[in-house]
Amino acid sequence: MPLSRDVFLKGHIDKLGVLIAILAAYGAWSPFASLRANRIVQGEGFGLFSALPAPMAWLLVAIILMGSLVALFRREASPRILAAATVLMALAALVGEAAAHLTPSENNYARVAPATGFWLLLFAFSLLAADGISRMRPDPKLRLAYLIATVGILSLIILSGAWTDLSVMKEYAARDDVFWREASRHLALALGSLGAAALIGIPLGVVCERVPAIRATVLTTLNLVQTIPSIALFGILIAPLGWLAIHVPGAYAIGIRGIGAAPAFVALFLYSMLPMVANTVAGLAAVPRESREAARGLGMTSAQRLFQVEFPLALPVILTAIRIVLVQNIGLATIAALIGGGGFGTFVFQGLGQMATDLVLLGALPTVGLAFFSAVVLDALIDMNSIVPARKEAR
Amino acid sequence: MIEIDGVSKIYDGKTVVDDVTLTIEPRTITVIVGTSGSGKTTLLRMINRLVELDAGTIRLDGEDNRTIRGYELRRRIGYAIQGHGLFPHQTVAENIGVVPRLIGWGRKRTDDKVRELLSLFQLPPEQFISRYPHELSGGEQQRVGVARALAAEPNVLLMDEPFGALDPIIRSRAQDDLLAIQKHFSTTIILVTHDMNEAFHLADKIAVMDAGRLLQYGTPEELVRNPANGFVEAMIGVSERPFRLLSMGRVAEVVEPGEATGPAIDPGASQQEALAQMLWTGRRAAPVISPEGQVAARITLESIFKRAKGKS
Amino acid sequence: MRLSLPNLLRAFLLGLLLVFVMAPQTMEPLLRPLAQANAPVIYEQASLLSLTIQHLMTVIAATVAATMVAVGLAIFVSRPVGAEFLPLSRSLVNIGQTFPPVAVLALAVPVVGFGQKPTLIALFLYGLLPIFENTLTGLTSLPRAVIDAARGIGMTGRQSLWQIELPLALPVILAGIRLSVVIGLATATIGSTVAARTLGEVIIAGLQSNNMAFVVQGGLIVGGLAVLIYDFLSALERRAFQRIRS
Repeated sequence: MPLSRDVFLKGHIDKLGVLIAILAAYGAWSPFASLRANRIVQGEGFGLFSALPAPMAWLLVAIILMGSLVALFRREASPRILAAATVLMALAALVGEAAAHLTPSENNYARVAPATGFWLLLFAFSLLAADGISRMRPDPKLRLAYLIATVGILSLIILSGAWTDLSVMKEYAARDDVFWREASRHLALALGSLGAAALIGIPLGVVCERVPAIRATVLTTLNLVQTIPSIALFGILIAPLGWLAIHVPGAYAIGIRGIGAAPAFVALFLYSMLPMVANTVAGLAAVPRESREAARGLGMTSAQRLFQVEFPLALPVILTAIRIVLVQNIGLATIAALIGGGGFGTFVFQGLGQMATDLVLLGALPTVGLAFFSAVVLDALIDMNSIVPARKEAR
Repeated sequence: MIEIDGVSKIYDGKTVVDDVTLTIEPRTITVIVGTSGSGKTTLLRMINRLVELDAGTIRLDGEDNRTIRGYELRRRIGYAIQGHGLFPHQTVAENIGVVPRLIGWGRKRTDDKVRELLSLFQLPPEQFISRYPHELSGGEQQRVGVARALAAEPNVLLMDEPFGALDPIIRSRAQDDLLAIQKHFSTTIILVTHDMNEAFHLADKIAVMDAGRLLQYGTPEELVRNPANGFVEAMIGVSERPFRLLSMGRVAEVVEPGEATGPAIDPGASQQEALAQMLWTGRRAAPVISPEGQVAARITLESIFKRAKGKS
Repeated sequence: MRLSLPNLLRAFLLGLLLVFVMAPQTMEPLLRPLAQANAPVIYEQASLLSLTIQHLMTVIAATVAATMVAVGLAIFVSRPVGAEFLPLSRSLVNIGQTFPPVAVLALAVPVVGFGQKPTLIALFLYGLLPIFENTLTGLTSLPRAVIDAARGIGMTGRQSLWQIELPLALPVILAGIRLSVVIGLATATIGSTVAARTLGEVIIAGLQSNNMAFVVQGGLIVGGLAVLIYDFLSALERRAFQRIRS
């Protein structure tokens, strides 16, 4: 087909746009929501037009069509972001509407969940949004603004009650007090172990940078700890911590147990040490020789050099370690539930045990959201603290 | 012969090479000089189609260079660049033999060629053949880079700032080597540099470029005597002009019958060297040795004076 | 093999692992104090050897598939045809890595059911990211002069890719595969919670029946395996790297 080939060559059609349009078409044609008689049986899928009242279905089709056309023919960043945001908001609003529409009245057991079509559409237009944002290369402040806007819109949707009839929200409603308790335990585990690792890892990194003799040993050991699968490390730690709790006076009183949050905390702490120490060493080692020499030449003491010259210059690399550790810990903290440590993992593993997908989602979605949120915030912080702006991709 | 005819290149609406026309005679060295951003490298890369031209034509021995595939064209043309671009995971022999392998020379023929080139570049084959690039000094890497460019016996060799990464002493030796190699193989060489001294040292003809345009194309002497404009004059260096002229002339060209005292001067030396000797020893004339070894003539300050004088 | 401390440690760890897997009964006296009075000390619902092999096969299958797809994709976006996808693919990898492996595992269950399948899917998807990222870094951060020279002397795109770019990027690609294997070993362990047959089964069984002997047994085998594999892959990588430092 010489004609379409020509169109491609001239760049009128965006290649990613083609992918998005195909996904969107397939998604619009697949079941949009599914209805189940109760929370664990197989569901029945409903297409757009049976899941939604006709005018709303037509509206959504029109919005998806508009979004696909933008993806196909507009290559500038702003229209792509705007189109993606419009489609995503329409999806968010209408999936709640579908739940209200499909749920039989006076039936507390029936569950309505988003189905394949919804997830495909969500994926397609998140791709478009990601593409638009990576084309625009927004500065860190703008990225934070996007993030806050997204969180704000999501909170508004949830608070407005638009999603109340969705199955995940029903799972939440059934255990809202437990949810927030596990959420705070999850955060406490992830952030607490990060804090402890920073408190010990950064000074250890400074020492390692200055004393080459111990550097290799420390880094190799931490590297090996890092390779031990989390659940194995949790398990291995149970025995010694249990022994401590029984045999060391006072250990039990400060919360040391064989089972529960203590081994999880220690394991997360151990995993966090490698990025903290290695990046501190790398960040300090990358401080230009001239800067160190100049600081000495100006008569700074070694403490002054460390705090006024070396740390500020190494800060972006150390912040990168914090980003790595935080994202990693938020993910790993889910596994703590297996040894009674609590956190969002509780819902994931309970859900798997009961074959209740909605409960799995109640644990998994906040974990993913939290990890994503932390990554964006810390990436922005890293960029703001780099003296040389983060390297833009060369084209 | 290479004919560059009305060639232009436009990047994102900016003309980086603007309607350049020049003809390069076979078996000569042409040096393209210009500041960074003058379009000299782009012009060079259009000859072997690393960059495709937007207007005009380039003909190699009468044949439009777009009539064959880009990679086949490039296998026929030698290419050497600054920082040598040696493949770090291949030995010296593999690096030099890469183009012969691409065009399907036999193993024996390739090996022989590799050895011949190594010897020619004063790198003893037994010592160098199985070394890796990171085990060589900067000067050695550069020589291997040029040897690789010459391995498939190309008629034309393109060089992009080939000596840019070398320190001054090694650099001037590499330039002398290049002159010898060019005589040996009779290769047509086109070399890009921003260093005017290098251009005067090597060139049969110099092309001066600025902001994508060809300002002047001529022999070094033409450039010094009749610079096309202020930019060419500045590139040559106003206070350098008489010395540039003298550096291009040989003593033999200005000998006259007569006698002089003091150490004799070789007729093949440059007039600049003769001037320096006479200034240093405080003489107004110096004897010149004939090819047979007898002192038959002399060179005088007066004759050098005449020779170094530009237009009035 | 020199008789150095690291080599002795390697040999010791390998020996310990082999005894644990092939003849677990010999370890009983050591583990006995960890189990309750009349509880079994050695896990016997399945042979530890077969679990180890299944664990490794799961990781190998997923890593091979992930390597082929990820390297292919990275090559695609680093060529002119796929250049349009380059910025997006970078952000996707960045976003993808914030997804915890457990979440991927748990979310695969509703789609494909329990057993080996969700584990393979999670391993494959999660394994893609480090390999893709590293291959892309390897291919896009090669010295410009080398790439320019490869084209300049008349290599076709394919020749340059196979003879120059991929060999030079190999150490970085291997590092990606190593990361992917380490994550895979861990994720496969958690796979037991969705009924995949892996060594995680031993640990989970121990946690459920409050039998520390099982937990420690499983933990030591999985941990030892991971450390040895990591060490082996690092050595492979160093060997690949030796040739190309310039």
